[in-house]
Amino acid sequence: MNTGPRRPDPDQLLAQVQAEEETARRGHLKIFLGYAAGVGKTYAMLEAAHQRKREGLDVVIGYIETHKRAETERLVAGLETLPRKTIEYHNVNLTEMDVDIILTRHPVLVLVDELAHTNAPGSRHPKRYLDVEELLNAGIDVYTTLNIQHLESLNDVVAQITGVMVHETIPDRVIDEASELELVDLPPEELLDRLREGKVYVPDQAGRALQDFFRQGNLTALREMTMRRAAARVDNQMRSYMETRAIAGPWAAAERLMVCISPNPLGERLIRSARRLADELNAEWLAVYVETPRDSTLPQQKRDMVASSLLLAEELGARSYTLLSNGSMKALAQTLVDFARKNNVTKIVAGKPLRPAWYERLRGSLVSYLIHMTGDIDIYVVPTSEPAHLPAEENPLQIHSHLPRYIWSILLVVVATVLSSLLGREISPTNLVMVYLLAVVVAAVYLGRGPAILASFLGVLAFDFFFVPPRLTFSVSDTEYILTFTGLFLVGIVISALTVQARQQADAAQRREADTAVLYALSRDLAAADGMRAVIKAIRTHIEADFGRDVIVFLPEGNNILRPYSDDPEAPSDETELSLAVWVYQHGEPAGRGTDTLPAANARYIPLKTSQRVIGVLCIKPPDEGQKLTPEQRRLVEAIASQAAQAIERVNLADQARQIKLLQAAEKLQNALLNSISHDLRTPLVSITGALTTLEEQGDSLDAAAHHSLVETAREEADRLNRLVGNLLDMTRLEAGALKVKSETCDVEDVIGTAVGQMDERLAGRNIQIHVPQGIQPISVDFVLIVHVIHNLLDNALKYSPAGSPLEVQASVHSGEIYIEVLDRGVGIPEGDLERIFDKFYRVQHPQQVTGTGLGLAICKGIVEAHGGRIWAENRVGGGSCFTIALPIPEGK
Amino acid sequence: MSEGKTRILVVDDERSIRRFLSASLSGQYEVVQAADGEEALRAVATERPDLLILDLGLPDIDGVEVTRRLREWTQIPIIVVSVREQESDKIAALDAGADDYLTKPFGAGELMARIRVALRRSAQPESQVVFTSDDLTVDLTSRKVTVDGQEISLTPTEYDILRALVQHAGKVLTHRQLLRTVWGMAYEDENHILRVNVSNLRRKVEKDPTRPQHVITEPGVGYRLKMG
Repeated sequence: MNTGPRRPDPDQLLAQVQAEEETARRGHLKIFLGYAAGVGKTYAMLEAAHQRKREGLDVVIGYIETHKRAETERLVAGLETLPRKTIEYHNVNLTEMDVDIILTRHPVLVLVDELAHTNAPGSRHPKRYLDVEELLNAGIDVYTTLNIQHLESLNDVVAQITGVMVHETIPDRVIDEASELELVDLPPEELLDRLREGKVYVPDQAGRALQDFFRQGNLTALREMTMRRAAARVDNQMRSYMETRAIAGPWAAAERLMVCISPNPLGERLIRSARRLADELNAEWLAVYVETPRDSTLPQQKRDMVASSLLLAEELGARSYTLLSNGSMKALAQTLVDFARKNNVTKIVAGKPLRPAWYERLRGSLVSYLIHMTGDIDIYVVPTSEPAHLPAEENPLQIHSHLPRYIWSILLVVVATVLSSLLGREISPTNLVMVYLLAVVVAAVYLGRGPAILASFLGVLAFDFFFVPPRLTFSVSDTEYILTFTGLFLVGIVISALTVQARQQADAAQRREADTAVLYALSRDLAAADGMRAVIKAIRTHIEADFGRDVIVFLPEGNNILRPYSDDPEAPSDETELSLAVWVYQHGEPAGRGTDTLPAANARYIPLKTSQRVIGVLCIKPPDEGQKLTPEQRRLVEAIASQAAQAIERVNLADQARQIKLLQAAEKLQNALLNSISHDLRTPLVSITGALTTLEEQGDSLDAAAHHSLVETAREEADRLNRLVGNLLDMTRLEAGALKVKSETCDVEDVIGTAVGQMDERLAGRNIQIHVPQGIQPISVDFVLIVHVIHNLLDNALKYSPAGSPLEVQASVHSGEIYIEVLDRGVGIPEGDLERIFDKFYRVQHPQQVTGTGLGLAICKGIVEAHGGRIWAENRVGGGSCFTIALPIPEGK
Repeated sequence: MSEGKTRILVVDDERSIRRFLSASLSGQYEVVQAADGEEALRAVATERPDLLILDLGLPDIDGVEVTRRLREWTQIPIIVVSVREQESDKIAALDAGADDYLTKPFGAGELMARIRVALRRSAQPESQVVFTSDDLTVDLTSRKVTVDGQEISLTPTEYDILRALVQHAGKVLTHRQLLRTVWGMAYEDENHILRVNVSNLRRKVEKDPTRPQHVITEPGVGYRLKMG
């Protein structure tokens, strides 16, 4: 059937294309790989760079150490060298590559020597290869040099061969991801010759160690390793090439490797071995740690060990997992095998047991369980030779802390014995065993395994001594009791083991439950949180409560890229913190403690990412140095961060929606306002224009009365227009907040008198009564504005009451306030409108047309409220309305 | 200065306003126009007008500044007309030496009345020793104040306030001007002593102190004595 040419797997092809696109956007990395110092890597790199330059490329030197070698210096001289950065550390000036200058200069190709170099403390990244990654991400090509012994996965092998432990290492993925690898080779004999001629740079302080290092045997081994590594890469490229072109080959089925980590210092060696194996098999690999209930009793040091092992595994390209199982070796093995099957693991790597053989036989050995359970899965048992210095376990301390519990278990046995002696008269001795069993169970539940075993042992002795005839001796008359003793002892041990296990499982479940509860509580609080402040508060309280760490949330704000979110807008922000947060925000990667970027910082910075973008940065500060997050906690924090990001995004979106809604409402209001204003502005203009054009065209033919009436109309309308414009200006000032209340002490009498005086002409023919009590306190108000308010109220009263009807203005004191009332005997206000008349553009519908702008009362309300006062309207008994303004009496008067 | 008609200089950058003012004033006065501050300053020197109607919002020099410069050498009555209705603007113009302040828009009648008051005051400065308005009479030589023929007794401060108002009858005196005249420079900002004294003065000279007919409050600016 399938006779046509083999087609490449589309998924694979797509992944290939994506990978190619990814690298196309990034700069290309070319590594000049050598097996030792002095083989000529830097020289080869410089020659290649000159070649590129001749081809017309923009090549600069980011960092090169010539070690005063003439031939190297000659090559350096022909290229542009960028300045370095000086970092002061403990009063010593260290020079480092300046990443920012390179990023700004943005050449096509930059040369960076010694990829494995460790940067001076205080640099942006702890390692130079991380600097290089940033350059690559910025699309700059990089040429660099590397010696094989710096490769992480070969670290311990190199140490074994040469006896020199190399501390400057880089992860293998850097080589895997490099676009090109150029092997710089020199036969060891020639290298040794060069060394003798003094052509190889040897740092003074490490002179002897390096002399040991440069031995023919060492060099040959290193050279072989280098070549194999390079060959492995070529092999990978070949496979990849064949895959894309669908060349049939002897493909191994996809291999998957799983390495089991335990809390001991050999974990790292195990992981490196696994990585090498995975490399050779070209397999994907997983690192797995199984958490058992006993983990809760592990010292912090061991837990940190697990954490750093898992971290190393991730760094070397593994995916790490933490599983949960109960305490027994068998169950542990079962958990591992189940996980392996589920994940299609083909090979399991485990360490050789460290414990003595008898212990393994007693408790069961993980490896042997694995071998029995796995069936078709291969098991690799990797030798993990005894480490030189296993950190001393803190056993004395532990016994010390356990002592009270053992004393308690002895007490329990004593109590059981006393109880038994009370019951002993009526109950046969065999049944008294039950009382001791009870003591064992109690010990197991509350005191742990050791005390429980002690209790069962003591229980047997006490039972024998006090209750088994002959009494008060340990001798036994009836051999049947031997069975009882054995039974009691064994049952005691089994019960204690089971109870302890059950309790530990419950504890572990509780811890997991607690984690879930943390997330659940957080998500519930976040869901309920209304507004940014509440969301941030929820995040802060949860992290502070659950991890005991300080939290800062950085959010973009206005012109600033980022600002720490705070209720107090003036809160100071730490410049260093901020710049680190900005870096995290722009790169979308975590930084600070426990990461690759500025690990010396005192806090961890986690980007708050949503599916589209980074929306902020979460900064978590531990209360004191040295305390690391376990991988579990780290994952929890990351889960919290992602929930937080979503909550913040939700608030942002809600804000946007609200703003759009507000805008729409404002637009609607504006339209209404424009309609109203255009009507109110045009109407007087129509009358004025009409009157004036009539006068202009027919002025001569009009009689005096008509003439006068037209002029009168025009004048009245012009007044109306002026009032409207004045009101609009007042309203605008009020709404724009431009209205400033200039409070001064004023006499109530003067305020009212002035307002009434301004209306003298229009008040003609009205009986106006003014009541101001003698000796009323002065008020502290803006004289002009309050006169304006009373003026407006009087104007209203005149408009809405029949000509000739009386008006009253009165002042009075009411518990801390001065009331000024304007009363009329007019038509009153419909009950439903009493509140709304103070709204903008609201006008009561009256049968007789009263002209107005619908702004007067709104302005009054605005002014009175700006004074901290109140204004309201009521209908009077007997008809008419009463407007009251209540102004606070200044303190101390 | 030519004999005959009183000459008024109208300073405004809006042509339509100059036109309207010329039209309404030309019946009784001779009108000269200027469109900006520089031109106004020149015209006051060359044309020797009897009164100046000055807009504040001029394109080159602000009206308040024009007033200040003119006051360095001439006492010509200045009536400021402006769309600026903020009290601080009024105070600035009056403190600079303007005689009166009229907010645009205004009626021709109102303007005519203000012009008449200003001209009358400048025609007979200080010479008038007895002021009479309605029921109030103030004799500056004998320091006698009567209301409805009844002599009333004022404290020295109240009398000083009244005298200052009488000497500038019809003109708004700002709080600052009154305080400086009556109490001296050091008291310029003590508005409350002025308020209390004016209030007491009103109890004595006004029939109904809640509706004063003589001492009129100009809200936020100062006080004015109404001319009968």
